[in-house]
Amino acid sequence: MQKNLFLGVEAIGQGAIDGGISGVYAYPGTPSTEITEFIQENELAIEKGIRSKWSANEKTAYEAALGMSYAGKRTMVCMKHVGLNVAADAFINSAITGINGGLIITVADDPSMHSSQNEQDSRFYGKFAMIPILEPSNQQEAYDMVREGFELSEKLEVPVMVRITTRLAHSRAGVIRSEVLAENDMVLPTDPSQFVLLPAIARRRYKGLLEKQELFEKTAKKSKYNEYIKGEDKSFGIIACGIAYNYLKENYPKDDCSYTILKLSQYPVPQKFLDKMAKRCEEVLVLEEGYPVVEEHVKAAFKKDVQVSGRLSGALPRDGELNADLVAKALGKETQLGADVPELVVNRPPALCQGCGHQDMYKALNEALDKYTKGRVFSDIGCYTLGALPPYKSIYSCVDMGASVTMAKGAADAGLIPAVAVIGDSTFTHSGITGLLDAVNDEANIVVVISDNESVSMTGGQDSSALGKIESICAGVGVDPNHIRVLTPLKKYHELMVQTFEEEIAYGGVSVIVFRRECIQAAAKRLRKEKKMKDNPNK
Amino acid sequence: MKTDIILAGVGGQGILSIASIIGDAAINENLFLKQAETHGMSQRGGAVQSHLRISDSEIAADLIPMGKADLILSVEPMEALRYLPFLSPEGYVVTNTTPFINIPNYPDVEAVLAEIKKQPRFVAIDADKIAAEIGNKRASNVVMLGAATPFLNIEPEKIEAGIAHIFSRKGEAVVEMNRKAFKAGLDFAMANK
Repeated sequence: MQKNLFLGVEAIGQGAIDGGISGVYAYPGTPSTEITEFIQENELAIEKGIRSKWSANEKTAYEAALGMSYAGKRTMVCMKHVGLNVAADAFINSAITGINGGLIITVADDPSMHSSQNEQDSRFYGKFAMIPILEPSNQQEAYDMVREGFELSEKLEVPVMVRITTRLAHSRAGVIRSEVLAENDMVLPTDPSQFVLLPAIARRRYKGLLEKQELFEKTAKKSKYNEYIKGEDKSFGIIACGIAYNYLKENYPKDDCSYTILKLSQYPVPQKFLDKMAKRCEEVLVLEEGYPVVEEHVKAAFKKDVQVSGRLSGALPRDGELNADLVAKALGKETQLGADVPELVVNRPPALCQGCGHQDMYKALNEALDKYTKGRVFSDIGCYTLGALPPYKSIYSCVDMGASVTMAKGAADAGLIPAVAVIGDSTFTHSGITGLLDAVNDEANIVVVISDNESVSMTGGQDSSALGKIESICAGVGVDPNHIRVLTPLKKYHELMVQTFEEEIAYGGVSVIVFRRECIQAAAKRLRKEKKMKDNPNK
Repeated sequence: MKTDIILAGVGGQGILSIASIIGDAAINENLFLKQAETHGMSQRGGAVQSHLRISDSEIAADLIPMGKADLILSVEPMEALRYLPFLSPEGYVVTNTTPFINIPNYPDVEAVLAEIKKQPRFVAIDADKIAAEIGNKRASNVVMLGAATPFLNIEPEKIEAGIAHIFSRKGEAVVEMNRKAFKAGLDFAMANK
């Protein structure tokens, strides 16, 4: 059979197309972005007219997916782990409304924080919402779980979470596809109150969700993705969750592990497996990517005295992603190490691209604020967060999407004048607008910089929801149009930019300065595409 | 047969395109493959790496364990050194000698090259210079691919076919130029390994 060389994220995108989705909803975020990009560019998906444009944020994405499910169609919503914080209200409640058409939420966690502010574990959210979680150990499972996951969601009548981590998301392997399943017809829920979470209805539906837990566990027990492998050696057992199973296998290349192994890829954790394990093993090691979710669970769930080790016990580090070496150490196996890194090797942190507009904006901002004490600039999530590093060292916060505007407002409320917010165009429409409305209503004395490069750049240049709308949005929430200034961040306008900063700092209300220049990566991509069109006009 | 390769470079240098040519050749040979990439923030001029594992039997982990890599293939000399803890005692370092200097504290280039030359098995090649001589500086990654080919356990003809396939859309002249770049890298490695 033909193998497709797919990244984990691509396998998930293909799985969703082949699983019969009618739409995918998402906001870009590493390591989840390419799932949606794959669907956007996939020929079959385009031919079928699968809806795939970017949403303004994860909450709007989740709610739209829930609406598509309400109308009976299959749908997937994708985000990075912290995106689920944004979508959490809709997510938790959707477990209580249940679904109509199959709904999968794919969340990509980022242990070791390769491109994130924290390494929260989405399995906690899945447990919190009390829905089934699928955690693939490899790319083939990722494809199969998503393709079959819509049916699982429809059978169990709840959303199903697919949880992956960076390593699976961004690693390629051969994947074999199965037949393409048909899309659902549009059909409304049979119970018209299903999605009406008024207290009286919500109470009833919540009881229903609680009652279903046994079924979820039974389904996980029977799942082909979970496997209980009885070992000869009774002293020790291993629970390997998701991708951690591969690190375990890596340590037994001849497949000669003599311990009992529970390969766990579908949750909730089936108690029957734990009972069997407790009977057989004196000690159990839990291997899991992320937080000690399963380790905590089994400590309480083992009915017999079994010693449990893992990230909490110190057998594995409490933070960071796993690898085969860490697992080897936890198993008491010897590890190898190559030569040391020579001392002269220095770090090479990421930096703003040469010629990027954010650079010109920061140069002007630094000059305008030079006469004040430091610590007055609040920023946000995007390429411009790199303004925290030398040579700019311009910003003093990066917390969550949109927090620049509201934190600047709060600091100004406390008396920090001037206070400046630096936010990107897409982050502004993601979660900055409501904060700006608060600032206007409170007549806060802040300067909001919208560094507009007309794309979602850090994640690879996706379309920005803000394109062409920023000034009208700012005026719409009530910013005085005289204090909505638009500039082009170029060296030749440096003096004008500094002067504009000074003028708006002097103004006592809410100012917005938009620095607009196309992302140079996007510009290069566009020029290459235009050249290609010119060279091959028929293609 | 199993080949574990660490590809190293700086975000934007195009190590993923090298990985994808090797990957295609491996899949065409019906080999198993896993290739972990760096996406996201580091792609903005930071240090990037890719773990490429090729085998005739199933591969478990997406990451290469420490001390087990057969090859470090780096398109930048300091980046080659960063991953030495991954290299097996029998492994090879194949690196471009042209530095990519985008940080103010980049170490003395001669000292970096001296560290490379301390390694028991290495190929140090000025891929940028060779590519420029062939007529396109952008072909330096293909020169590097050629230089790594003796260590891949895949026949050079198969890799060359992959290059021809990938550049075929850009016309015969581009394919020919890249073939030359590949050949130059391969010849250099064979003479200097």
